[in-house]
Amino acid sequence: MNLLDLTIIELHEGFKKKQFTSTEVTKAYLEQIKKTDGQIGAYLTVTEELALAQAEAADKIIATKKEFPMLCGIPFSVKDLIMVEGQICTAGSKILEKYVAPYDATVIKKLNAQGAVVLGKVNLDEFAMGSSTENSAYKVTKNPHDITRVAGGTSGGSAASVAAKQAVFSLGTDTGGSIRQPASFCGVVGLRTTYGSVSRYGVVADASSLDQVGPIAKTVEDAKIIFEAISGKDAMDATSVDYKFKDINVELKGLKIGVPKEYFAKGIDPKVEKIIREAIKKAQDAGAKIFQISLPSSKYALAAYYIIQTSEASANLARYDGIKYGLSSPAEKLLDVYIKSRGAGFGAEVKRRIMTGTYSLSSGYYDAYYKKAQEVRQLITQDFENAFKKVDVIFAPVSPFPAFKIGENTDNPLAMYLADIYTVSVNLAYLPGLSLPTGKVGKLPVGLQIIGNHFEENKILSVASQMESMLR
Amino acid sequence: MISKEEVQHIAKLARLELTEQETEKMQKDMSAILDYFDVLKKAPKIKSSPVVRTTGLKENATRKDLVVERPASLANNLVGAAPDRKDDYIKVKSIL
Repeated sequence: MNLLDLTIIELHEGFKKKQFTSTEVTKAYLEQIKKTDGQIGAYLTVTEELALAQAEAADKIIATKKEFPMLCGIPFSVKDLIMVEGQICTAGSKILEKYVAPYDATVIKKLNAQGAVVLGKVNLDEFAMGSSTENSAYKVTKNPHDITRVAGGTSGGSAASVAAKQAVFSLGTDTGGSIRQPASFCGVVGLRTTYGSVSRYGVVADASSLDQVGPIAKTVEDAKIIFEAISGKDAMDATSVDYKFKDINVELKGLKIGVPKEYFAKGIDPKVEKIIREAIKKAQDAGAKIFQISLPSSKYALAAYYIIQTSEASANLARYDGIKYGLSSPAEKLLDVYIKSRGAGFGAEVKRRIMTGTYSLSSGYYDAYYKKAQEVRQLITQDFENAFKKVDVIFAPVSPFPAFKIGENTDNPLAMYLADIYTVSVNLAYLPGLSLPTGKVGKLPVGLQIIGNHFEENKILSVASQMESMLR
Repeated sequence: MISKEEVQHIAKLARLELTEQETEKMQKDMSAILDYFDVLKKAPKIKSSPVVRTTGLKENATRKDLVVERPASLANNLVGAAPDRKDDYIKVKSIL
């Protein structure tokens, strides 16, 4: 038995039967990180000391209690956008290179309360802006299936760490596809959660009407366990809502699946399309009813997304001023401290987005850009509302292509943005969506996107779990 | 193509220092991105003004105005993160 292959439930059962301890499992993962991360580059910080202390504490609970929480003793990695008290939190940026998190994010508190073990902080595109983790100020995370290719982004470190068996699971964030796309590229399960279902307290803000925390895991069942653990209302996040996960079993037989025709238009790699169509056929063979649906505003989604994301990010990132925390460039006058610190601390893509967002919000352009984008967001939300009157879930590709070569899109920001074309609408409409490993083009994994209505993660997870067994 | 002066104006609004080289590249990149945004001109108009809708939030979320006890270490950590300090205060450059 290889400890690194076990799922959360298998580990939990093993702890119960005293087959192994959390310390042994944690050490196996730390060893794997040491052995493989030189090549993969998923981790920015390995919190070995913290991990071993948490594992020891978990082992005490496991030794003395008959029943203990499902995540007790389970080692995981954390996107370096989510704060773990006392640990460096860089957000992938030089501006936060030495920033020590002053408190735990609520999601970390919740996992700590169960006795889970933090292995370390993993790589991302700077401030979660990008589609490949190449915008990290520190390093490029490689795809474990082909190290000449990207892991996807922005939660590339999260997806790669799970795919390379360097963590049982990971916490990521998804603003425009940042959980689903890297999960698709790395062949793991990733769940973008409904807006408001998971607290964002202690998570570095990118675009506040779009950001959401979610799990990246080996299996659908693992993703479900993590989602159940981290979801729910938090007094510290005013946008979180009263929500309690309820497990349900939805039969594929009779299930109404919508397939949006706009997601199979020009631009999709025919090999990816074939894999997604085959998955849809399998669902149909299992008794699901397939409906071709239309999401007519899809063609405007990417532009609307990049206006809203950059606008909100430009406002959120105004806090990095060289005064309160983070990198500070010395200057005589206050204004020069701001300007120089930000000029020195932010990378090229973050600067581009701050500039684009500031432009979209500036006097004279607001109506044509930001306001128009908000209108389109409403149209996109209505498209999904109409679709969910007819169907239970939507099946679509996650990305038009599998993982691309490192460096392929770095000189062309617009080409990079196109990687998000099938994921951003879900964020604009505040919806949940899951990426399920479905097939491969050569050695490169391809994910199926399963989109559900608001707070119907339970339905998505049940459908995904049955698809997972059929595809295995 | 957006002008160099316009890029410099936006950079000033964004409190961002850009080198000469960065300004030139920004001109090119922003122009391509803004051209792409033009697709929205073709989007249908909506009748009502757009409302920012989120899930399950039917009214403003407010909390009671109460003092919540937090550990002193938190305040120390927060102030301690500032690059320039004197005692328990954050030092700021003179404005005038």
